[in-house]
Amino acid sequence: MAYTLNVNGQTHSVDAEADMPLLWVIRDKIGLKGTKFGCGVSSCGACTVHVDGQPARSCVTPVSSVVGKRINTIESMQETPIGQAVQKAWLDVDVLQCGYCQAGQIMSATALLASNSNPTDADIDTAMAGNACRCGTYKRIRAAIKQAAGVDTADKREA
Amino acid sequence: MALDIFDRAEKEIDESRRSFLKVSAAAGGGFMLALTTACATTDPTDGAAAAAAPAAPAAPPVDINAFVAIAPDGTTRIMAKNPEIGQGVKTMLPMLIAEELDVDWNDVQIEQGDADQDRYGFQMAGGSRSTPQHWIPHRQVGAAGRAMLMQAAANKWGVPLSELTTQPSKVVHAASNRTISYGELAADAAGLEAPDAETLTMKDPANYRIIGKNVLNWDSPRIVRGEPIFGIDVEVPGMKVASFQKAPVFAAKVASANIDEIKALPGITDCFIVRGQTEDLMGLMDGVAIVGDDWWTTNKARQQLKIEWELNETANQSSASFAQKAAEMAGQEPQAWIAPSGVDADAAAVATKASLDSAAKTIEAAYAYPFLPHAPLEPQNCTAHAKADGTIEFWAPTQLPGPGIQLVSRTLGVEQSDITVHLIRCGGGFGRRLSNDYMVEAAAISRQAGNIPVKVLWTREDDIQHDPYRPGGWHNFKAGLDADNNLVAMMDHFVTFGNGERTASSADMNAGEFPRDFIPNTAYGRSMMPLGIPTGPLRAPTSNAVCFAFQSFIDEVALAAGKDPLDFRLELLRQGEEPAPGRPAFSPARQIACLEQVRQRSGWDQRASLPKGTGMGVAFYYSHQGHFAHVAKVKVEQNGQWRVQKVWVVGDVGSHIINPTNAHNQAEGSVVDGIGELLQQITFEGGKTVQTNFFDMPLIRMNQAPQMDIHFNITDNEPSGLGEPALPPVLPAVTNAIYAATGNRVRSLPLNPAELRWA
Repeated sequence: MAYTLNVNGQTHSVDAEADMPLLWVIRDKIGLKGTKFGCGVSSCGACTVHVDGQPARSCVTPVSSVVGKRINTIESMQETPIGQAVQKAWLDVDVLQCGYCQAGQIMSATALLASNSNPTDADIDTAMAGNACRCGTYKRIRAAIKQAAGVDTADKREA
Repeated sequence: MALDIFDRAEKEIDESRRSFLKVSAAAGGGFMLALTTACATTDPTDGAAAAAAPAAPAAPPVDINAFVAIAPDGTTRIMAKNPEIGQGVKTMLPMLIAEELDVDWNDVQIEQGDADQDRYGFQMAGGSRSTPQHWIPHRQVGAAGRAMLMQAAANKWGVPLSELTTQPSKVVHAASNRTISYGELAADAAGLEAPDAETLTMKDPANYRIIGKNVLNWDSPRIVRGEPIFGIDVEVPGMKVASFQKAPVFAAKVASANIDEIKALPGITDCFIVRGQTEDLMGLMDGVAIVGDDWWTTNKARQQLKIEWELNETANQSSASFAQKAAEMAGQEPQAWIAPSGVDADAAAVATKASLDSAAKTIEAAYAYPFLPHAPLEPQNCTAHAKADGTIEFWAPTQLPGPGIQLVSRTLGVEQSDITVHLIRCGGGFGRRLSNDYMVEAAAISRQAGNIPVKVLWTREDDIQHDPYRPGGWHNFKAGLDADNNLVAMMDHFVTFGNGERTASSADMNAGEFPRDFIPNTAYGRSMMPLGIPTGPLRAPTSNAVCFAFQSFIDEVALAAGKDPLDFRLELLRQGEEPAPGRPAFSPARQIACLEQVRQRSGWDQRASLPKGTGMGVAFYYSHQGHFAHVAKVKVEQNGQWRVQKVWVVGDVGSHIINPTNAHNQAEGSVVDGIGELLQQITFEGGKTVQTNFFDMPLIRMNQAPQMDIHFNITDNEPSGLGEPALPPVLPAVTNAIYAATGNRVRSLPLNPAELRWA
């Protein structure tokens, strides 16, 4: 089947089976490698993209379900003010270790900040619950999200 | 204590250290260093996108066989020799060279070296060894470069060398108020002989400009933009992709498979049985390869695959059978008593039994922990091109390329010199990529598919079910107190896995484990049962398991003695002797200082004011040359739900924290990793792994990650590594805190919240 997709503001025509996950269309048909494969079952969040601005796990999103929708990947984050702020905060805080999950983390963080400019710790816990970091950089992800939002970066959870 | 693979690796490192100096001498007086007048600015080996790109166009007039190259514009290329798995060595090792070279960090470009032991010495991401092994040699490389640049300036200006100094990236002659950039001197310096190691002047640490400063990881800007730099991203012209179905029962052979049906599926270009072997469980296994143009299609074809497996004895092994055997063994005498060399283990056992028999009070407890997977977030993958001329080229996310080359060589009958390995950034390691099964798999499939380049990619299920697991184990303790509540005897019967006389990989314990030598009598016994499942080093191998058992039982003994658990540990440590100077070793004094520091920082002495349900626990451990002491604060609800609120980490890894932001990040990650190990397990039924993915083998999430306070005691010892030693104390610090909060002692992992309920 031929599908026309809007990825990062550009139109792509791809030939794919209807059930081919968006992840593999993005990676292997369109050639954007920033979106990562971690589990294939929507369990780790490494494959997170935005579909019409909402975070979506592309590894379980059939290509046939996103025709006519606006798809954004990590490669387009530097084109939006929120994406730029998040990327800068990620570098300022020096978040990453292996870095494999971070594209997905950044996609979830930018989606959170687009809908909530002043996230609490509980908001961050909820919005980021689907993104696993095997290296355990959560303290820095939390701080970077707050820094990108321009709020106090202190962890205010009971401790 | 690291055992198995690290022992072998250490030996190789020692050998490579000698060869490093030898090679260096051949390069002209002491250093593997060359200065050239041109510098390649694109790294043809670094990352996936570059794999498809032509080699860097800039043609250096001098062959660079070294770590440093300086271009006329001052751009200074420094090679990163060890694999990067997220531990930060791609940035940290070049910092050591740059410091003594006295180059402006803004002028530095870091490039990943290929696997090339002749050029770089032993290459490994493992054992927390990059720092201790390179602290001196890498700074010498930089110092040699600086000396040569200064000599070039002295020659050019006709002034004495002694009148020259350096500022970042330039040589300064204060007397004549002249400066000249490294870039302008590079061509002249390249013609000089490298100086002798004995003549080098190293910087006064007070003048460090790079070591001790927070330096952003080199690849971070590319990673936050989603650039393709991981193994999974590798693209090679003409490349196919492959899925590989191995036996669910380890090392089972393929009896038959519906190869022709799979070949006929759309998008599948080839399908065949790969014949493996059965001796090395992390070598090439029997299986069916499915080759095609895109991986989703090859992987989907696995659903149609029908394979008859020829099972082996491992099919009779299960977690239940292991537990039953362990219980039987625990009731018997150990198969062997173990002790450090020079100690009569059997005599120690006799003395310890006598001491326990006469003790005023005895404490007994049995501890158990499960198998664990590594589960790096990037599933195993490798790209290989087994060419028609018999050579093989790899793009491999591996932690340990040397043994990978050896494995490929002996399995496929290829000379080691005909194998090229480009080291690709790994999406996590944790010890998983010390095994190189994916390398030999990719090469075998590439060859059998007709000598075309092939990228093999595993699913998460493949990764969870084909791992060199951290082996499970059982510790059966007995301790004796005298009438004054002093610990006078301690015995452990360790039940583990092994075949014949050898323990399985990472399944041994240190015969000198604390508190041996700190109390009058200790006896450690060991019994082994056979295992047909692969095991291997997981971050802080053996320590991550043994520390949980020992530091938990020590807590029980402290409480039975009516003593504060932290005071009790100090009391024991004060009974030990400092190690002889020379080789790095466990130092009671350094360990005591860490405990005293963590006591202060955590408010340990005020913990009586905590409400019921909230508690603090302490633990310490020495591994990988690092001394660590942790306090954890845990809150447990009455229904057993629990959360670690905060962990205080105090470590002593020597005189310098080379890249503090990265050092803290490693310690923070260790805390999260350790909490994860309290919840995770791998079990087996019928010789197969039961768990499949992150829903049944959970990773810690954002809300479970505690607050953390990380502190390093700076001491007059050579710096040591940080990938591992902060992890082991996390587990017992947390479970000891759970006891303090609830009175529930966790003696078996994974932790079961139902057993933590309190009223």
